[in-house]
Amino acid sequence: MSPRFEPAIGRYLHLDLLGKPHRLYVEEAGSGIPLICLHTAGSDGRQYRGLLNDARITKDYRVIVFDMPWHGKSSPPVGWENEDYRLTSRDYVRMILEISAALELDRPVVMGCSIGGRIVLHLAHEHPEKFRAIIGLESSPNVDPYYDTSWLHRADVHGGEVCAGIVSGLVAPTAPNDGRWETLWHYMQSGPGVFKGDLYFYMIDGDISDKLDQIDARRCPLYLLTGEYDYSCTTEGTLEVARRTGAQATIMKDLGHFPMSENPEKFIGYLLPVLEEIRAGKTASAA
Amino acid sequence: MLEHLAAHVNHDANLVRRGRSVNTTFLLAIDEAYHLVTVAEGKITGVRPGPFITPNYSFALRASRESWDKLWSEKPIPGFTDIFALVKKKLLRIEGDLHPLMTHLIYFKGVIAAAGRATS
Repeated sequence: MSPRFEPAIGRYLHLDLLGKPHRLYVEEAGSGIPLICLHTAGSDGRQYRGLLNDARITKDYRVIVFDMPWHGKSSPPVGWENEDYRLTSRDYVRMILEISAALELDRPVVMGCSIGGRIVLHLAHEHPEKFRAIIGLESSPNVDPYYDTSWLHRADVHGGEVCAGIVSGLVAPTAPNDGRWETLWHYMQSGPGVFKGDLYFYMIDGDISDKLDQIDARRCPLYLLTGEYDYSCTTEGTLEVARRTGAQATIMKDLGHFPMSENPEKFIGYLLPVLEEIRAGKTASAA
Repeated sequence: MLEHLAAHVNHDANLVRRGRSVNTTFLLAIDEAYHLVTVAEGKITGVRPGPFITPNYSFALRASRESWDKLWSEKPIPGFTDIFALVKKKLLRIEGDLHPLMTHLIYFKGVIAAAGRATS
């Protein structure tokens, strides 16, 4: 194999976030319409490397992927050792808006998966005017707890092993082996308690069921893409969001909860028409 | 019906490697058919069918034959592809001391998949 660099550039962004100084790892590739990509709970921006490396996307889009504080190569804030990490809806919304402002992005497209697919619904509800379009991957209004999340953060259980073990069944059984295990590797590298802290938003604080009817996809085009094998954010949950908001929903065959990392090629096949529709300025119509 | 489980697991060197620090006995219930499965250093060393008077095990996995069959279906069925998918649907119960299971979750999911092959 000839040595080669990927086109993505990774840098560390220093900024005040949620009232504290932060050092955030940001990758980007391409030029054109800014596309902010939000990773899943307990993982990091590496999930989007398939998009960062796809010229069909980067010719028209500036793909921007940041690791949330506490995740990937972003640091937790100074003093992290004195608190348990816990993500809230309020902080998550603020974080995205503050990062977008720091990067001086003009009405970017925002796309998030799982917790990211949930928070984009909050953005559609609270700040539709700030975005050109919103894409929810594995979006559902709420997920009731179906296991005891305390298992994810205790010293007598290896956090990386148990987090990967929990999410392993969310990868589509039809996913290619390399995509499956790379997805799980990201989970194996998560910091202690970070996945659990994200799930506070996912399973408790981020429930948006009672606000769905106030989201109007005519104010900001809203697209939903969900893998058929996702039993956490279910296809039924996604279709409910579409029905109550006017979003355009697509159920993706042979994909699970991590479409962009478990099977990038298959996922990008579903994403490209959405990105083209946004680029062309068409408005998503009610499903 | 799980008499071939040991062969399916023990011949899978990668699965045994993944479970090399597992030493426990767990109960697998398919309808009212109970099996005590003993694991030593990742290998299945015993599969004892019930009924039992005082079964001694760390954790138990209990589901109907129908639910197990869906989990083990050759053609994956959306919503039935993982033990936690069944738990979420309240079709499978995980009980007892979960520590051995949670510390080696990927290993035990491999064993459960092997149990599917062993019963087919």
